[in-house]
Amino acid sequence: MNSIIMSLENVTFTYAPEDESVRPAVADLSFTIEEGEWIALVGHNGSGKSTIAKLMNGLLFPNSGKVTAMGKPMSEETLWDIRSQMGMVFQNPDNQFVGATVQDDVAFALENNGVPHEEMVVRVKESLRQVKMEDYMDQEPHHLSGGQKQRVAIAGALALRPRLLILDEATSMLDPQGRMEVIETIRELRKATGLTVISITHDLEEAALADRLIVMNQGHKQLEGSPEQVFRSGSELIKLGLDLPFAMRMTHLLRKEGVDIKGEHMTEDELVDELWTSYSKM
Amino acid sequence: MDILLQDVGYSYAKDTPFEKRALHHVNLHIPSGSYTAIIGHTGSGKSTVLQHLNALLKPTEGTVMIGERKIEEGTKAKNLRDIRRQVGIVFQFPEQQLFDETVLKDIMFGPLNYGVPEEEASRRARELVQQLGLPEDVLEKSPFDLSGGQMRRVAIAGVLAMEPDVLVLDEPTAGLDPRGRREIMDLFYRLHVEKGLTTVLVTHSMEDAARYADQIAIMHGGKCVVTGDPVTIFSNEEQLHDYRLEPPRSVRLQRQFEEKMGIKLDAISLTEEALAKNIAQALQKGRDAE
Amino acid sequence: MIEKMIFGRYIPGDSIVHRMDPRAKILFVFIFIAVVFVANNALTYGILLGFTLFVVFLSKIRLYFLVTGLKPVFILLIFTFLLHIFFTREGDVLLSIGFIEIYEEGLRQGIFLSVRFLVLVFITSILTLTTSPISITDGIETLLGPFKRVKLPVHELALMMSISLRFIPTLMDETGKIMKAQMARGSDISSGPVKERIKAVVPLLIPLFVSAFKRAEDLATAMEVRGYRGGEGRTRYRQLDWGFKDTFSMALLVGLTAVLWYYRT
Repeated sequence: MNSIIMSLENVTFTYAPEDESVRPAVADLSFTIEEGEWIALVGHNGSGKSTIAKLMNGLLFPNSGKVTAMGKPMSEETLWDIRSQMGMVFQNPDNQFVGATVQDDVAFALENNGVPHEEMVVRVKESLRQVKMEDYMDQEPHHLSGGQKQRVAIAGALALRPRLLILDEATSMLDPQGRMEVIETIRELRKATGLTVISITHDLEEAALADRLIVMNQGHKQLEGSPEQVFRSGSELIKLGLDLPFAMRMTHLLRKEGVDIKGEHMTEDELVDELWTSYSKM
Repeated sequence: MDILLQDVGYSYAKDTPFEKRALHHVNLHIPSGSYTAIIGHTGSGKSTVLQHLNALLKPTEGTVMIGERKIEEGTKAKNLRDIRRQVGIVFQFPEQQLFDETVLKDIMFGPLNYGVPEEEASRRARELVQQLGLPEDVLEKSPFDLSGGQMRRVAIAGVLAMEPDVLVLDEPTAGLDPRGRREIMDLFYRLHVEKGLTTVLVTHSMEDAARYADQIAIMHGGKCVVTGDPVTIFSNEEQLHDYRLEPPRSVRLQRQFEEKMGIKLDAISLTEEALAKNIAQALQKGRDAE
Repeated sequence: MIEKMIFGRYIPGDSIVHRMDPRAKILFVFIFIAVVFVANNALTYGILLGFTLFVVFLSKIRLYFLVTGLKPVFILLIFTFLLHIFFTREGDVLLSIGFIEIYEEGLRQGIFLSVRFLVLVFITSILTLTTSPISITDGIETLLGPFKRVKLPVHELALMMSISLRFIPTLMDETGKIMKAQMARGSDISSGPVKERIKAVVPLLIPLFVSAFKRAEDLATAMEVRGYRGGEGRTRYRQLDWGFKDTFSMALLVGLTAVLWYYRT
């Protein structure tokens, strides 16, 4: 049985507690995340996703309900200990680059936690290798692409050897190439270390890679389940301002054109396979 | 209004130790009324070309013809203002340009700078807010109180309010969620058709380029290496690959389908809808042949 | 224009000067500034100039870069030179054209002052050209270390400095971008009548401030999440390494002072 790394119980948060007319950013939200899972929190802009990220690392505290992280209830006392066990990567690649060069930035969290110098050198190298940025040690941030900066940010989080990595819309400001780089990095990390990952995103292709999706709408949890389960509710997702993975969109369009397709396909390979099977039977 | 780049070269920080060459001998013709997509991977010179289209940058070599105006290295900054009204640019993350107290004033900023009467400017602002699907009460709000998606729309309205003949779009949907992205791209296309605008779209999305454009230009290493219509450009996968680009997903799926089935579809599918139609037809044909 | 200036910029390299400890370089510059004033005759000024050119040579920065990059400084230099030539009225008259008379002492003073100015500008430029801003910050932080005892927030100041330096290129880019976006909306700060230009400042400054505040907020969050709680209990990733060449540079400076002292009049 895996241990629970993060849980929210009936959490409600509003940015304007005195104003009743303002809809809470997060309302009565509950979920748990086990060690080793990859969870995607999905929702359109303004669905409350980013507020959840802030609740999970103690930048905000709920008005009611309980946040438990790493087996400890989130409070002023446990905050720093919890944070030292989780890494976070934010949306804007420029605004989280603290160091003057790549290696300085990766070392920042280590410095804060008082890691001795010799250990730091080892860990900085190791983390940069994990994100394939070891050739850029001395680069300054304005010479890096968005995708590279985000990978450095991931390395900075990994240097602390966290139990949990939270990606708060980490790919949304990147070009397709940068997005691919970051997603690929996460996949490889997962394969190599089995690190627990929570990615907050509106990119359904990214979400489709997760083990489990939690779909948010207006501060509520709308849907939860494996990508297959969630994407099966097709039109409901579109109503929420989201989209379907490409293969599923194609499946729907083909059905509309009168092509008989039985399955709900997550990938192009599966879709083509079914077309081939039914076609060759004719 | 035609825009013509002839043998354009551009260097940043010319004649210094920090000189950086961004463009080499770029030739590009943007015919009046066309929808041109400029594609190319990051650092290929797309953004530099874009800034030449309304004389924000002047070429360090060659000439740019914007309508009747000729822009070259020594061209005086005077009278460029008029060009900038005719050629509107929506920059990447345009919400960064918002500054005024209210949305209304911010949208009116451009037109007022060009001497449009206050009443007319305000009428345009109201109309645009509606067209862009923003609630009417947004007009009197501060732009900084809006959500990210709304700010984007207000910024776009600020450019459209100048009623340009040419609309240049630099990744206008970056960072938006899927619904917002679709709505805004569809709106630009509608304007392109209804108002007969000349549209230039700089994008990373091959899907958008294939769906909307009638002319495509590929930038690579500071050069404009190919121009052509979408069918020709996206049929030539080898060429795309040379420039580190990929065909749109619908074309990729089409190729996958064709390989597996051992047949060729009649036409290249530039959009998902077209692909669905083409596959349905091919399967139907196969069935009829039985 | 700004992009042509090299004052305060860093050109990466691998010369012996580049590899020196930043503390040594900072100390060197400060001591050198004082030593310059020891010179008072042709020979000592000549030695000073020779020494400076030797340092430039060691730094492997091309003299051409230095000269073209420091053009605005040279204008100032020529101006002070002329000022001295025309307004010093001591010694023999060397030349007189109409009402302009040039005295020997004026020429001497003009040349000396120019050389003094030149070597100061060269040496300080070499410091910034061969030392990355972050190393300078590190150097200053360690040199100011003893002042922590008197409650000077040395660490915080150094961090502030390094973050500001880190964000300069980002904010410069952003200024350019916003300027262009507003220019595209017909508000032009770089041409037109002064009144119009002043009016064009607001649409530029407000977005810049808004964005800078947003960045600061994001950065603060990112730092907090990464466990930043002030200087207490922090370790340092960057270690400064005072080596033989650094001690040697100090010795060289002492030698220079001795020579200047010996030959001064």
